[in-house]
Amino acid sequence: MEQFLIFGVVGLSTAAIYAVIGSGLVLTYTTTGVFNFAHGAAGMLSAFAYWQLSVGWGWPVPVALAVVLLVLAPAFGLAVEKVVLRPVQNLGEAERLVMTVALLSGLIAAARWIWDPNTPRPLSAFFVNSAPIRLGPATITWHQATTMIVAVAVAAGLWYLLHRTRTGTEMRATVDDRALAGLTGADPLRANRVAWILGTQLAAIGGILIAPTVALDASQLSLLIVSAYTAAIFGRLRSLPLVFVGAVVVGCLESYLTGYLPQNPYLPGLRLAAPALLLFLALLLFPQGRLRGRDRRLRPVPTPTMRGTLIFAASIVAFGMVLATVLGESELISYGPIFSLGIVALSFVPLAGYAGQISLCQLSMAGIGAIVWGQLGADGQLWALPAAVLVAALVGALVAVPALRLSGVYLALGTTAFAVVLDRWIFTLPAIDLFGVQIALFNQGSVEMAGPNLFGLRLDGQAELMVFAAVCLALASLGVAALRLSRFGRRLIALRDSEAAYATLGGSLLVARVLVFALGAGIAGLGGVLYGMQLQSVTAEQFNFVAGLPLFLVAVIGGLGTVGVGLFTGTAYIGPMHLLNSMAPWAHNIVNLLPALAGLGFARHPEGVAPGMRHGWEPLARNRVAVLALVGGLAVAWLLRLGDLINGWTFFLGALVLALALRTYAQSREAGAVVTDIPVEWWGVRRPWRAEDREVLSRGIAAG
Amino acid sequence: MSTLLELHDVRAAHGGITALHGVTLSVAAGQVVALLGPNGAGKTTTLRVAAGVHPVESGRLVLGGRDLTGASPRDLARAGVCLIPEGRGVFPNLSVRDNLLMMTFTGRSREEIEEIAFARFPVLAQRAAQTAGTLSGGEQQMLALARGLATDPAVLLLDELSMGLAPLIVARLYEQVAEIARQGVAVLVVEQFATAVLGIADHAAVLVRGRIERQGRPDDGLRTELSALYLGSAP
Repeated sequence: MEQFLIFGVVGLSTAAIYAVIGSGLVLTYTTTGVFNFAHGAAGMLSAFAYWQLSVGWGWPVPVALAVVLLVLAPAFGLAVEKVVLRPVQNLGEAERLVMTVALLSGLIAAARWIWDPNTPRPLSAFFVNSAPIRLGPATITWHQATTMIVAVAVAAGLWYLLHRTRTGTEMRATVDDRALAGLTGADPLRANRVAWILGTQLAAIGGILIAPTVALDASQLSLLIVSAYTAAIFGRLRSLPLVFVGAVVVGCLESYLTGYLPQNPYLPGLRLAAPALLLFLALLLFPQGRLRGRDRRLRPVPTPTMRGTLIFAASIVAFGMVLATVLGESELISYGPIFSLGIVALSFVPLAGYAGQISLCQLSMAGIGAIVWGQLGADGQLWALPAAVLVAALVGALVAVPALRLSGVYLALGTTAFAVVLDRWIFTLPAIDLFGVQIALFNQGSVEMAGPNLFGLRLDGQAELMVFAAVCLALASLGVAALRLSRFGRRLIALRDSEAAYATLGGSLLVARVLVFALGAGIAGLGGVLYGMQLQSVTAEQFNFVAGLPLFLVAVIGGLGTVGVGLFTGTAYIGPMHLLNSMAPWAHNIVNLLPALAGLGFARHPEGVAPGMRHGWEPLARNRVAVLALVGGLAVAWLLRLGDLINGWTFFLGALVLALALRTYAQSREAGAVVTDIPVEWWGVRRPWRAEDREVLSRGIAAG
Repeated sequence: MSTLLELHDVRAAHGGITALHGVTLSVAAGQVVALLGPNGAGKTTTLRVAAGVHPVESGRLVLGGRDLTGASPRDLARAGVCLIPEGRGVFPNLSVRDNLLMMTFTGRSREEIEEIAFARFPVLAQRAAQTAGTLSGGEQQMLALARGLATDPAVLLLDELSMGLAPLIVARLYEQVAEIARQGVAVLVVEQFATAVLGIADHAAVLVRGRIERQGRPDDGLRTELSALYLGSAP
């Protein structure tokens, strides 16, 4: 009983912190319609800032607290509102989600840059010298008591603000109907600003209170938010009292699991994964509130032509072969993942681009693929490759079934929960004996990965693996393009446009969702296998949730509806990273920040940059002379490089200059040849018929 | 009667499609002007332009002699323009009392607003703590109209007040609109249900494809023209 009480006190004190953070999350969500994935990261940053002021620079605790809570947190909240979210205020839910995911990824990278993760930063609890309060057998430290008092004060203060003041009513009214709020003379912008300031302050309070009880680590602190998410979902993202109930459930569950979980090598991870499991359950069990600020601004999904995709696929293979023959052994290891991670990124296209299902666990699916290959393909057996894809697809389907009733933010949260459960529990498990078969997973360390045995040809070298990965990416891109043109692809787009309409027209949501999740997971699994083969040995960290965020962001920047996003993401993610690292080793922190910064710049190009790039290169593809010159020029340069007459840099720069020059030539030829404003009925007569004309006409007819 | 709201040669577009091709319209204090016309004529766009919700491409919006073209909805609201949009202009998740509190941004105190609204629509007093979204359609429209009454606007813009309501309730609501106008408010009403509004209108304008085809007193000639517009003219 005594132990029960002690763990209860610890649980309630943690619950108080989750409640504070969770209520900040709900406050910003209900007022601005933005579900802030970076809410925990704001708390993390505040904890670091507090450490810097109070311990690093030795400022008195009250001063440090006042500066963080009254100056830094509000300023940060205002900056986020103005710089990050206002540009996407009128865009869809997915865009706003991407902005906060970018912010999460960026803040973690920035904190790791500013505060070296290898230096321990102990933070002492509040009132550590005061004697604890005795309540029967249990004792409550003053730090724990403070957290509980703060939580009660926050609850009371928020209730008063929202229900008893005009500012609070203005905030709630802005969520209900932003335009109408403006018509009454209220200021929706001010309501948003107040919400962001308060939300960030609450995150900061939570971060500072929890930091003394856990290690001051950027990623760990940011992901503590999972527990607060669970509390927020208990409150259906709108009821603050229920958020507090949820927080008590999560806090006590964690605490009692620590106390009463039996000693077993398989269970320690369960305690860490419990909030995420609970989040998944809460998402499934609680009826979800109407998504705030949800709109249907959907962009058309580009239609690739099979001819264009074939040329693109051939270019991928050619690019892979050129890289494989031109790069040295160590560079091959660095640039190897261009194609394998490209495949993982391509898995977002059917899932998020076509079907509109936002999944943040694709890299985890890749991890599952890698595990299966490590287990079954230890000697490079080729059959293990489809087996790995199949197992990943099955896991994807398994996620899809419970996630059937989730969409938008809830689905992103559900897949986050799934990824976190894998990271904290499943991937950390020791080998499992199941019906006499030993399943090794990551074996609490690393898994060795062999290259495949292609009908007697053993692919073990980095160069061979790179070409193999390039061929796989080319085939996967072709497959995804074919899917877009198929009946099932059109069904997926219909599902994205309106689930209700899709269902009323006789489509089965379950079948479509399960298939597309399985397909996405299968593609990601294939990417994971190839990624693992190139790395030769993989660990669970390489497939964790945080590692997957930059990949998602770069894919979004590329344009999730475009088949070219695989190659784009692989190149844009891996290319600059190693290029900058090799030129200036100190730049690796900037490199880690790049995907997040690019994600934040995403508001300018919500359709992605890949379609624009495709548009820019099309004139060259249409101009036979230019294509021949390019292929010839590249072949000559390649031969020169193979003969060691020029070095790698000269080759790449020369190729780039040649391609850009030919592109400009082709564009200028086309600009001169095309008479502007040819009426539609003369297309194909007065000027050549173009592949994209069909789509332009279809859209024109559909628009009425 | 002095003119309060004036639209001069206003052009407005939705994307690339021009919705208003030079609309000129004026509403004097105490006057009810009905803006009629078939679907897609640009009636709602005209009201949204007058409230600053929809941008003007060219032309001028003048309020009480002041050129307020390009002003934000919030500034126009504070200058006395009150738009009650189509489909119940209430905050559905706020209580009736909180909805009334949202009317205090134009200057009146909460007590004054509640007094005026509850005196005119006693049913709202009984439902003060109820969430607005759970009120009946007529009650929601009363709550929306209370804003037109209680905030003491100079100009009241009403969009499809009758939508989804029983004719008896519509008639009662329009009685309130006439009463508001008698207090010196300039009222511009957009309505599909022409007979409801023509009973109280001093002036009517017929908008067809973004142009005012005809305006004048709501006499028989205008009614015949309207019937032809809605139903097609007799061969």
